[in-house]
Amino acid sequence: MKQVPATESKLTIVADGNDIDRSNLSFIVNPYDEFAVEEALQIKERLGAGEVTVLSMRQHESQKPEEALRTCLAMGADKAILLDGPAFHGGDSFTTATALTSAIQRLPFDLLLFGKQAVDDDGGTVGIQVAELLGIPHVAVVNKLEVHPVSRAVVAHRQVEDGIEVVEASFPVVITCQKGLNEPRYPSLPGIMKAKQKPLNTWTCEDIGIDPGRLGASGAKLKTLRVEPPPTRLTGRILDGDTSTAVKELVRILHEEEKLI
Amino acid sequence: MPNSILVFCEQRDGQLKNVGLEALGEAHRLGTSSGVAICACIIGSDVASSANDLSAYGASRVYVAENASLAHYSAELYATILSDLAARLQPVAICMGATAMGKDIAPRLAAKLKTALVQDCVSLKMEEDCSLVATRPMYGGKLMAIVKPVSLALQVVTIRQNVFPALELKPNTSIPIEYLALPTTRTRSVAKVREVQQTVGGKRELTEAPIIVSGGRGLKGPENFKLVEELANALGGAVGASRAAVDAGWKPHSYQVGLTGKTVSPQCYVACGISGAIQHQAGMSSARVIVAINSNPAAPIFKLATYGIVGNLFDILPVLTEEVKKLRKKCA
Ligand SMILES: Cc1cc2nc3c(=O)[nH]c(=O)nc-3n(C[C@H](O)[C@H](O)[C@H](O)COP(=O)(O)OP(=O)(O)OC[C@H]3O[C@@H](n4cnc5c(N)ncnc54)[C@H](O)[C@@H]3O)c2cc1C
Repeated sequence: MKQVPATESKLTIVADGNDIDRSNLSFIVNPYDEFAVEEALQIKERLGAGEVTVLSMRQHESQKPEEALRTCLAMGADKAILLDGPAFHGGDSFTTATALTSAIQRLPFDLLLFGKQAVDDDGGTVGIQVAELLGIPHVAVVNKLEVHPVSRAVVAHRQVEDGIEVVEASFPVVITCQKGLNEPRYPSLPGIMKAKQKPLNTWTCEDIGIDPGRLGASGAKLKTLRVEPPPTRLTGRILDGDTSTAVKELVRILHEEEKLI
Repeated sequence: MPNSILVFCEQRDGQLKNVGLEALGEAHRLGTSSGVAICACIIGSDVASSANDLSAYGASRVYVAENASLAHYSAELYATILSDLAARLQPVAICMGATAMGKDIAPRLAAKLKTALVQDCVSLKMEEDCSLVATRPMYGGKLMAIVKPVSLALQVVTIRQNVFPALELKPNTSIPIEYLALPTTRTRSVAKVREVQQTVGGKRELTEAPIIVSGGRGLKGPENFKLVEELANALGGAVGASRAAVDAGWKPHSYQVGLTGKTVSPQCYVACGISGAIQHQAGMSSARVIVAINSNPAAPIFKLATYGIVGNLFDILPVLTEEVKKLRKKCA
């Protein structure tokens, strides 16, 4: 689970020009990760067995992933783990996947659920890379999931351009979650109270036995040179006049100037 | 072959996807100035007949992995074929489309090769040392990041559809074509595609459509989507929808454009009765031309629109469809 800036945030760029300024932002649980948490809870409820652990990592000093982890515990997760320490700061999707993989190798699991992408970096990469690093299968962008505990397998539906791929895989498997999979619940008041008692452990890079040189900025494969606003569009033109005049002008422009018709 | 770019040209049911050809075009453009060879790779069960066609799009060499077992997509198998080939060719980059398949293979491939990955690039530049500087949208298109690999190793990039132009060269029937052996050491458990259920039938897929006409809550009900469909048909485009229209059950989720739907980048996007919330913009702001039709002059969509008509869509759409049809007839 990743904590990300709220989707309606106004973003400003830091003086160095290579990142956003996080100091005044409010943060939320990445919306796709909510689908993952909800799915885990529903599977546990259906099977009447199992344990849901939520794992997160602090990638920037200004992030407050404890809050997001408490939200997930309040939804109903059993325990939370936070990877924390300067070694985890910065980095790219590969170092994130490397760190998460080392942590996950210390935990028992059958299913690893991720969001299909984090809505800040929009990479859609980490879940799949964890699967590769663990040497297990994955099904990404899943909007329907059947879990078969006896045969220890899943059947997952994923939307592709011209249809739905129905994919089978055995435990342990990585699933990345798409909208449509479920409707994430809101934490209830008793849930919020209970969450305060649930374990939230912090692990450092020593705890997961990984050389800090492979993590964060020092392990990254990619460097961000600059972050900039998207190219501004020429200010738009409102076509005036009555319906018929405005429509005729639009069709003329689309035909003659934009060569679209 | 150091000094090559490897392009994975995706196909489904023997049909090459446009975006793979766009990737070839971009690789060719990047490579010609620095003498880089453009190697294409196609994978599938019945694909060899497409191999020759690829020269017309810029490929100077084609690698074919063809086998009945490759009929359905497999992330592990496809990524292994590409990583084995990359280990042999040592290309400066591996490019593919940022499609459902490309975005699924690329992370595995980059992790196998322990190399940099840039998803969903909208612009690429080759430096003198042959490393690629890529521009990609983040935060739902609110910002662009310009990124570069830390070391001079090979990198994997996926490119957004409809952004880079494909080439049309004279086909060269004598480019070398090599058949690849299937990877044999498959001891690991893999995910298997059991079937592909068709959902959109013969209709053009949203992310590939050059023109998209989308409808939102302003349409007031599912029956009124026919106004949007008729305009889309007249323009030769596809139909999309806002989340409000999808949540109301007027269209399935496969039509949704935006943060939690599809990201599209057509030549022209027509938004009808859509307010233009930031989460909707996240899916369509990179369209070349944006047309907004909305009764509220203060709707945020007009800040983004190239052209706008303020008014009632129930009056405007039928007239617009008629005018487009008239023009089509005249030009035919
Ligand atoms: C985490 C998150 C993810 C989201 N993901 C998405 C997403 O992927 N895609 C998406 O679209 N939204 C998404 N949303 C929702 C988004 O915030 C908006 O609520 C949604 O886009 C609104 O859809 P709309 O423009 O159709 O409806 P509205 O905002 O209600 O706009 C309707 C528009 O129609 C106009 N109108 C009404 N009647 C007429 C008429 N007769 N003629 C002309 N115009 C008329 C109105 O002026 C208004 O501007 C997301 C929200 C969140 C919080």
